[in-house]
Amino acid sequence: MSGEVAVVAFAQTKHVARDRERNEVELIIPVVREAIERSGIPRHEIGFTASGSCDYLAGGPFSFVMGLDAVGAWPPIRESHVEADAAWALHEAWVAILTGEVDSALVYGFGKSSLGDVHEIMTLQTDPYHVAPLWPSMVDLAALQASALLAAGEVTERDLAEVAARCRTAALDNPNAVVAEAVDADELLARPITHPPLRDADVFPVTDGAAAVVLAAGDLARDVCSRPAWISGLDHRIEPQALGVRDLTTSRSTALAGANAGASAGGLDAAELHTQFSHEEPILRQALGLGDGVDVNPSGGPLTANPVMSTGLIRIGEIAARIHDGRIDRGLAHASQGPALQQNLVCVMEAR
Amino acid sequence: MGGVRAAVVGVGQTHHVAARHDVSMAGLVREAAAEALVDAGLDWSDVDAVVVGKAPDMFEGVVMPELWLADALGATGKPLTRVHTAGSVGGSTALVAADLVRAGVHERVLAVAFEKQSESNATWGLSVPMPFSSPLVAGAGGYFAPLIRAYMARSGAPRHIGHLVAVKDRLNALRNPKAHLHLPDITLEQVEESFLLWDPLRYLDVCPSSDGAMALVLASEEVADRLPGPAAWIHGSAMRSEPTMFAGRDQVNPQAGRDCAAQVYAEAGITDPRADLDCAEVYVPFSWYEPMWLENLGFCEAGEGWRLTEAGATAFDGDIPWNPSGGVLSSNPIGASGMIRFGEAAQQARGRAGDHQVEPRRGLVLGHAYGGGSQFFAMWVVGAAKP
Amino acid sequence: MDADTLVERHVLEYPGGYTRSLGPAESRFLTGLRDGRIVGVRLGDGRVMVPPAEYDPETARPVDEYVEVGPAGVVTAWTWVSEPRPGKHPFERPFAFALVRPDGADTAMLHVLDADGPASLRVGMRVAPRWRAERRGHVTDIEAWVPLAEGEPVPAPPAPAPPAGADPDEAAEEPGPVTRMVSPVRLEYEINAGIAPTRYLHALAERRIVGQKAAGSDHVYVPPRGSDPTTGAPTEVEVEVGQDGTVTTFCVVNIPGLSDLAPPVPYVCAQILLDGADTPWFGLVQGLDADDVRMGLRVRAVWDDDPAPDARSIKWFEPNGEPDAPYESYKDYA
Repeated sequence: MSGEVAVVAFAQTKHVARDRERNEVELIIPVVREAIERSGIPRHEIGFTASGSCDYLAGGPFSFVMGLDAVGAWPPIRESHVEADAAWALHEAWVAILTGEVDSALVYGFGKSSLGDVHEIMTLQTDPYHVAPLWPSMVDLAALQASALLAAGEVTERDLAEVAARCRTAALDNPNAVVAEAVDADELLARPITHPPLRDADVFPVTDGAAAVVLAAGDLARDVCSRPAWISGLDHRIEPQALGVRDLTTSRSTALAGANAGASAGGLDAAELHTQFSHEEPILRQALGLGDGVDVNPSGGPLTANPVMSTGLIRIGEIAARIHDGRIDRGLAHASQGPALQQNLVCVMEAR
Repeated sequence: MGGVRAAVVGVGQTHHVAARHDVSMAGLVREAAAEALVDAGLDWSDVDAVVVGKAPDMFEGVVMPELWLADALGATGKPLTRVHTAGSVGGSTALVAADLVRAGVHERVLAVAFEKQSESNATWGLSVPMPFSSPLVAGAGGYFAPLIRAYMARSGAPRHIGHLVAVKDRLNALRNPKAHLHLPDITLEQVEESFLLWDPLRYLDVCPSSDGAMALVLASEEVADRLPGPAAWIHGSAMRSEPTMFAGRDQVNPQAGRDCAAQVYAEAGITDPRADLDCAEVYVPFSWYEPMWLENLGFCEAGEGWRLTEAGATAFDGDIPWNPSGGVLSSNPIGASGMIRFGEAAQQARGRAGDHQVEPRRGLVLGHAYGGGSQFFAMWVVGAAKP
Repeated sequence: MDADTLVERHVLEYPGGYTRSLGPAESRFLTGLRDGRIVGVRLGDGRVMVPPAEYDPETARPVDEYVEVGPAGVVTAWTWVSEPRPGKHPFERPFAFALVRPDGADTAMLHVLDADGPASLRVGMRVAPRWRAERRGHVTDIEAWVPLAEGEPVPAPPAPAPPAGADPDEAAEEPGPVTRMVSPVRLEYEINAGIAPTRYLHALAERRIVGQKAAGSDHVYVPPRGSDPTTGAPTEVEVEVGQDGTVTTFCVVNIPGLSDLAPPVPYVCAQILLDGADTPWFGLVQGLDADDVRMGLRVRAVWDDDPAPDARSIKWFEPNGEPDAPYESYKDYA
């Protein structure tokens, strides 16, 4: 068993703020079909299928089950699901391939953040006894981290605006993004602060969407893909949840996951980071040791499209796609969940 | 089976009850996890990764509670994964944990499955009415009772068969101090006279609602060989899923269950499950699912499962005891139940099942979990000897 | 058929709220709040953590050395909520969320600040708790933290008001620890049906049952969900199916109150294979005694007088008078 696993295909919806027509199954169908077609591996030969989604996002229990209708699970398939961003489903699939039992996997994520109030839904991730009853939203919790970061003095409001401006401008080249505009930091700084210290542009857009990735092992990957995105490292780590017990100006779990994934083992051309808020970028750059030469969120990143439960998987897909088409040779994808960057996953991919 | 050999080296569980008012959610999972670590002879700092499984988050009203519970699970600085595969989740969680070891990614993995469903209500949690889906809500029994009727029509099984299982599993539970239901006076008459909930299921044919947690420590061969206690080696493992409904679907004897069993048996070298296994811990939440799963799992021909039950083959002193622990019919913290089956199978293989220990023969035991509309299956075969 | 999107409001709420048992650490914290004190716990590395955890976040060991902290503290982070959420947030007027580190603690707790506006707030400012007079062992027993000027003394928590009707001359019994809490959790959604279900539901409003199948397949799905699950192909072809069908299997429900639509018990829930469909429809069978329902019974849909694009437009199925279908004809569906 060589341990060689690569991303050989990636597909995502053309994300929208609110899809008033399609339900989740209808979002997934074309994305799964496209990923499978691009992979060159017949559907019935894919050894394992794993997905990521969230019941509370969908508004009811067992919501992942409907996703199964989109993947053609007949004859019966080996299939699993995580109540987490699909990047964690990709980790499970990667492990399954490493056991040697399967040589390919389909991974997909989906979610319609527009159905409910996603900011409020994620409040329910917090301590149910003494935090959740106050109903701090996902944005409030992020803003607290941003407040601590700015107060520490090394990152400024202008730094945040520069992140947001760069992402929005980069998204002009991304047909899948929800938000895109040619804008600079000065223009953003002139807009009102809405969640101190954050402005609207510092906060992700609510997005409906889905994404799928196909993984393949060794020889199979080489057979079906001319330039596989080989996973050279994959790791994830978690921190205590309570905001007040952590140093909010750093992300030690990202640093640890990055070190375990070999983030600094070689030059990185690009990094796609799961930054739902602009202040997360300086924190993550520092944790991962990303220098100025690394192109961060060339897709525009989650600040321009954030289909929760797929966003992390899309980071992996965006880097893989850039390796597939030769734009880059080595890249890093990061996924995150939990309040204020509580849990972090790092995936390093390269051409060989 | 590929990869590194993996074994269960520690098992822990709470005493399952209707409601645990004395602990927080953290306290509930800790009880099981701490017991498993002590059983394994390991410390929190020895754990490389944590895998958590539970049923839908609506049961406790916390989104992804494993994130908030990271401290209690000793997961700071470690990988933490949350599996959710409906009713089979306890089993699939054990398999995800085992795969981490078999893939060589980690050496010591803590798997925990739990439910504190008394914080809400299991019936509500299982059947939250959703817009645009079938408006008729009949409860879990309302979904499975028609399938049981269809089985009875196919097989010609007499009406009392389910009640035999209801008695057998509760008598077995009397040997298991961790089981929720201890009904020492249970008789066939009592079951037959209990309230008819969803014809043909009577009150005593149905599982209880329990709070509880289950934990397993999975270890690599290298680690397991150095630990003092007995190991349950994984000889076979498999998962299969099929869609909820499609044209021509056999809802009563699902293909996914048959395929899953076939893989697990092939890996473990089992050709005749009834003869080759010492016993089985099988997910039977409604009594009639024992004869149905006897067929689905290849212990007999289709249509014959009820005869096996009626003949006493699956009784504690039968030739192929099923659910010596008392099974889901005696304890059902929904997210944990699948792992309880897997863990009880491991205890049988390790000789650690106490008063409900079945005399080992070939040393192989089956653990089984299922969920959803009988569409998600997870199984393993464990044994005292290495594969 | 170009159908209007169907959207429905959906409320996810466990009636009455979640009943949570607190465990020892949370109990000490919330009991402390009831008694006008802020209680933290000493961790393995000597730091004092508030609110207290049951298990040390770094070492995973149980911790139980409780330490009183505060009452005043320092703001380590803050944000302003200009549009409070009614029924959820502690205030209807704008307020701040903050991390406050009480004096003597090494960690901060998440709570709210009551202040004039964001301009008056800064990290590092000192604050003091404003306690409610009536406290019950809830995080809102501190109504809010408020700015504390230099030199200003920290106000003591008001003594809890005696329960209404209590005899003031009788020594109040020392109340026991707070061990439980009730958490209301309510979320609202707007859910759209999806393209395939929308077409199906609009047909129901016309008293037509229209299933769907994938191009190139014979399998008609009723009700359709958008795909043929065996292939993942979209079901783009509409096929109208009959209003008559066969009961392939059923059960008799004796539990009252499971559903708003449930008739009085006993009632029959059945899988009904409509003529022309390849998947069963789950519905009620009425119009005969529950005891007389049997597999193979031939039934017909009974419609609401004023059908809407809604699954409830078919109220139930009733016997249609035809002889029972032979088992052979539906056994593959049972």
